[in-house]
Amino acid sequence: MKVLVRKDAYFDSVVLMLLSRELKGRPGVKDAVVAMGTGMNLGLLASTGCTAADLAGATPNDLVIAVDCADPAIADATLVAAEAALTRRKGTGGTGAQGVREPATLEGALELVPAANVAVISIPGAYAAREARKALDRGLHVMLFSDNVTLDDEIALKTYARSKGLLVMGPDCGSAILNGKPLCFANVVRRGPVGVVAASGTGLQEATVLVDRAGSGISQAIGTGGRDLKNEKVGGITMLMGIEALAADPGTKVIVVISKPPAPAVAAKVVAALEATGKSAVVHFIGLAPAAAAAGSRVRFAANLEEAAGLAVAIAEGKTYAPRMFAQSDAEIAALVARETAGMAKTQRFIRGYFTGGTLADEAWIALHALTGAVWSNNQTDAKFVLADPKTSVGHTVVDLGDDVFTVGRPHPMIDPSTRTERIDAEAGDDSIAVMLVDVVLGYGSHADPAGALVPSLVAAKQAAVKRGGRLAVVASITGTPDDFQGYARQQATLEEAGIVVMPSNYQATKLAVRIMEKVVANAGGAR
Amino acid sequence: MSGVKPVTDLFASELSVVNLGLESFAENLRECGAPAVQVRWKPPAGGDARMIAALDRIARSTRVDVEAANALAAERILKSKPMLIGVGVALDVVPGMKPNMVLHSGPPVTWERMCGPMKGAVIGGLLYEGLAKTREEAEKLAASGAIVLEPCHHHDSVGPMAGVMTARMPVWIFENATYGNRAYCTFNEGLGKVLRYGAFSDDVLDRLRWMETELAPVMSAALALHGPIDMRSLIAQVLQMGDEGHNRNRAGTSLMIRELAPFLVRLDEPREKIAKVLSFMHANDHFFLNLTMPSSKCTVDAARGIEGSSIITTMARNGTDYGIRVSGLGDRWFTGPAGIVDGLYLPGFGPADAAPDIGDSVITETAGIGGFAMAAAPAIVKFVGGKPADAINFTLSMYEITVAENDAYQIPILDFRGTPTGIDLRKVVETGILPVINTGIAHREPGIGMVGAGLVKPPENCFKDALAAFADAIG
Repeated sequence: MKVLVRKDAYFDSVVLMLLSRELKGRPGVKDAVVAMGTGMNLGLLASTGCTAADLAGATPNDLVIAVDCADPAIADATLVAAEAALTRRKGTGGTGAQGVREPATLEGALELVPAANVAVISIPGAYAAREARKALDRGLHVMLFSDNVTLDDEIALKTYARSKGLLVMGPDCGSAILNGKPLCFANVVRRGPVGVVAASGTGLQEATVLVDRAGSGISQAIGTGGRDLKNEKVGGITMLMGIEALAADPGTKVIVVISKPPAPAVAAKVVAALEATGKSAVVHFIGLAPAAAAAGSRVRFAANLEEAAGLAVAIAEGKTYAPRMFAQSDAEIAALVARETAGMAKTQRFIRGYFTGGTLADEAWIALHALTGAVWSNNQTDAKFVLADPKTSVGHTVVDLGDDVFTVGRPHPMIDPSTRTERIDAEAGDDSIAVMLVDVVLGYGSHADPAGALVPSLVAAKQAAVKRGGRLAVVASITGTPDDFQGYARQQATLEEAGIVVMPSNYQATKLAVRIMEKVVANAGGAR
Repeated sequence: MSGVKPVTDLFASELSVVNLGLESFAENLRECGAPAVQVRWKPPAGGDARMIAALDRIARSTRVDVEAANALAAERILKSKPMLIGVGVALDVVPGMKPNMVLHSGPPVTWERMCGPMKGAVIGGLLYEGLAKTREEAEKLAASGAIVLEPCHHHDSVGPMAGVMTARMPVWIFENATYGNRAYCTFNEGLGKVLRYGAFSDDVLDRLRWMETELAPVMSAALALHGPIDMRSLIAQVLQMGDEGHNRNRAGTSLMIRELAPFLVRLDEPREKIAKVLSFMHANDHFFLNLTMPSSKCTVDAARGIEGSSIITTMARNGTDYGIRVSGLGDRWFTGPAGIVDGLYLPGFGPADAAPDIGDSVITETAGIGGFAMAAAPAIVKFVGGKPADAINFTLSMYEITVAENDAYQIPILDFRGTPTGIDLRKVVETGILPVINTGIAHREPGIGMVGAGLVKPPENCFKDALAAFADAIG
């Protein structure tokens, strides 16, 4: 037993207990006691093997450090360490204590911010409805990002929310912009007179981005979740509330509605609700030929997302919308087509679309459908054109890589680009591909550099085609704005430097791809 | 457009988000200048489907209004005014006390199942009463069934550690000035070898006799001169002086000395006798614990028996079991195994020496002080090797499982926020956040005494069992 007595060195007993524990934990230390020399402690130290000589003269004001080690060198080192620890403690200038509040529950969070007005919920679907209900109980609007919420739960939540005048955006709602603030996957767009209610996440993103690019802005963009209009039992509760709220919103001049084709009864309700607003409205039912506007109606139908955005901005600004296919002149487009098809091999006959945005994939599939031969996809309801194996492309294929089959156990490809690059890498050796069509979705939620992550695979595919004696055309569009943190210009430059054609919208990118394919077919015919 | 007024109101306000799930969604909003609070979400009740179903059944119950019942319980706790009104002899004043009765801490427990310190204290109690002459005699007597062993809590009483109270012992008498109910507690014996840690040697019994014959009469007389002491006011003060009323009672004991000294010196007693009383108080920081405990008991008892209330009105341990009682579930105990305290040990002792968690002192946490007021007593957080910030966080986390904030007991460092008060059984199960309890550690062998102090977690199952019973009762 080695003992050290330090005169007139008072320490709090808790500090010493801590230190004793620390010393006992050191290798080679059998026992250690650091204590003030009180009568009781001295008695105790004596009983653990300290001699009277060791403890001679120790008073309650003196510090006693006793260590029991087989190796005297370890004992000495331990005594030094004990002294050092106490010196360090004395010298430590505290900066004061501050608690960190991490509420464990919605209720706890609301105590912290009683003025909270929206709950964003992205927890596992099995629990999401329960938390959403609690949020509604407390008067919060809900953005339900979670999927795997049952239809019954969705109906119950939305019915309850409507009785309280609250919005339930979702389930499976990926995007919204409220009061200029982007929620979940959303872009930084200007504020302005166009209000959006959309049953599609990337549809909402593309439309709001294009409104911004047209020089206008967004008042509010409300997501509804995909089932809101599609399922008759849900009946478009959120869509109808969204329309009603935008109607009452003084900041909204034009209302844009975007959805996959709704249940017919729901579609009629939506149009009637828009008529009732007294405001101008633009409807885009993805994949439905636009209906003619009814006489005297302020509800117009758009054929694609770009037209929906353009029409809304024109109406908001009191201008006439001039439908057009390309931003560039016909001559410029013709030159682009000629450049991209020059040097293609005869084997190159097909287009492949690799998409991260579901609605963007839809839009591409619909626009490409006029091509000769089937266009396959994993993302549409017509059973005739569903890929037998979504993981393998055949002929013309448009694949939505955000589909559930690709996201089991890995993040959405908008977050993790490898799902898409692996697919491109795997198919780069396919000499039948003439054109690759891709989307690049920017904004909050997305990867920090999606173009940079995508380019190496596309360049490799292009080089492989050249090696085979051909030329691969790659066409892209960027869903994003200059204010998105990835930077539109930077992403565009990354793609263009790699020889990729960047078009101003997904619609235009798709239409350019169609032009290229027409030329491919014409060239093939000419050669024959 | 009134059907969507909340939506248009939202459009006209600043967006303020509560985020459950992917943290990046909250970070992105903050980056855009919108306040967003991240919830440290976990599956409710740890994902226990039976508990989630019980919680949902309770939430949907139309038979009783749990919120209203809990509001009433909280109101009764907050309005309670515990007053120290005097000193008496247990047999005379404690309801149901009998000469052959030994009261103990925690939920009911048989002699056979008692832990070491508890058995030691029962032996000591029987020797003190003269019901047995030797340890062996006392053990035989305790095992014979001739002695009635009952929890203090069944007799409006509480006791620290073993909590043993026998007929001749002097007790503090408390009365709730608002609701009239009373509570009782023995005097604290000091540290080291004491009955409450299971010691029963002659010096322990001699001290108990001195307490009976000198300390108690002196206290009684001084208190009579002073008049009733408002304990709520004293506890409010000690929380601002670094105590939390359970594991740290240094300020409280000092205040009691200040409070009583002018009246002690006025007694017609020899100077040495008074000096001995004052020295005894001075030497024992936990003198005040035996006052905060019955104050807390007196306070929460006012909230017992409210139909439909899920407020926990008793928590207590006997070294074998940890037990709770719930306002809306009458006298039923729900128990689980008493845990091992995580803490710091006195020199020469370690975890192998520790008895499981024991004592009624957790009544302080039940009433919203003790571990719940840890932010007021940052010095004691070192018992678990933590920092003052941890003390603050312990208290903050307790707001998640309580229904009210105390209007009298305030914590300076939390901007004088009231302590978290009124533990809601539903919230405990839903969040999986268990009450934070500061406590002393008894040696597992009788008669050795306190070996350390620290934090202890109650067993989760007693809360789950109680919730299932609560759902059955109101569903």
